[in-house]
Amino acid sequence: METQLLRELPGGRVLTGARARIISLLGPLTMAAGVVWAIAQPYRLTLLHPHRQGFWWLAVEPPLLVVAAGVVFAVFVARPLLEDLEEADGAA
Amino acid sequence: MEPPSEMVHWLFGMGVLFLGLLMLAEVLAGPAVWGRRPWRRYLWPGLAFALGVLMWPVMTFFTNSAIHMVAHGAWAQALMAMGGAELGLAKGKLHSRWWKLATPIGIAVSGAAFLVHEQNGWFFARSAFLHHLVGWTLVGASLFPLALVFRPRSAALQTAFALCVVALSVMLFSDRDLAPVFGHLSPLAGPPHR
Repeated sequence: METQLLRELPGGRVLTGARARIISLLGPLTMAAGVVWAIAQPYRLTLLHPHRQGFWWLAVEPPLLVVAAGVVFAVFVARPLLEDLEEADGAA
Repeated sequence: MEPPSEMVHWLFGMGVLFLGLLMLAEVLAGPAVWGRRPWRRYLWPGLAFALGVLMWPVMTFFTNSAIHMVAHGAWAQALMAMGGAELGLAKGKLHSRWWKLATPIGIAVSGAAFLVHEQNGWFFARSAFLHHLVGWTLVGASLFPLALVFRPRSAALQTAFALCVVALSVMLFSDRDLAPVFGHLSPLAGPPHR
């Protein structure tokens, strides 16, 4: 328990910390959902058994689409957003 | 060379999932922090507009019937109008808050488009079930942006709307061209596949 730290921080900063944590988790949770789906339904990953698969079955693999959405969000949206949150928190 | 229609739903599902994540992040960060980098303000309206543009090829290449064509065409226009209005508001070119009405209208038209182009009953097959479910979800979800026109700072409404968009992506990813739903599959639908 970091009660000492929490007591020293103003309420707004604690809230910002919680929000930052949730934002930082959105991408990894999305990626994890895609991975869980891939494990639950491996036949949806045609890369694992590519023989006799048509173009579209190889190009569109839904668990990978979920992972891709999570990766793009985490790298290109969440990361700069967290920097801005930290900056705003520091300025406050 | 056209993809099976379930794959079109999955590709849109990825776009809608990303849209939902953007909306959730915007609510969590708050408008001041979200607007710190100008490009970020255009992200979700731009993505909504792009989804509308991408609906045109769907209309062109998946013309199973006249109602499919009309539904997808109306849907493309509604999404583009919604994205365009939000882009105009984000840029500051549009000022009236009534432009915000483009979003609930766009979402409601999207829901109606799902409902009218699904002519089978709920338990005909999984795709029919999901078209009904997505349609009614969108019609219901359109109430959130409608309420946001009058209470634009409500975090609860924004969160509910964002969660509806994420739920919508799950529904789109669940779509299969020919699969049973809760054990039901009409013999008229044909043999199920993966």
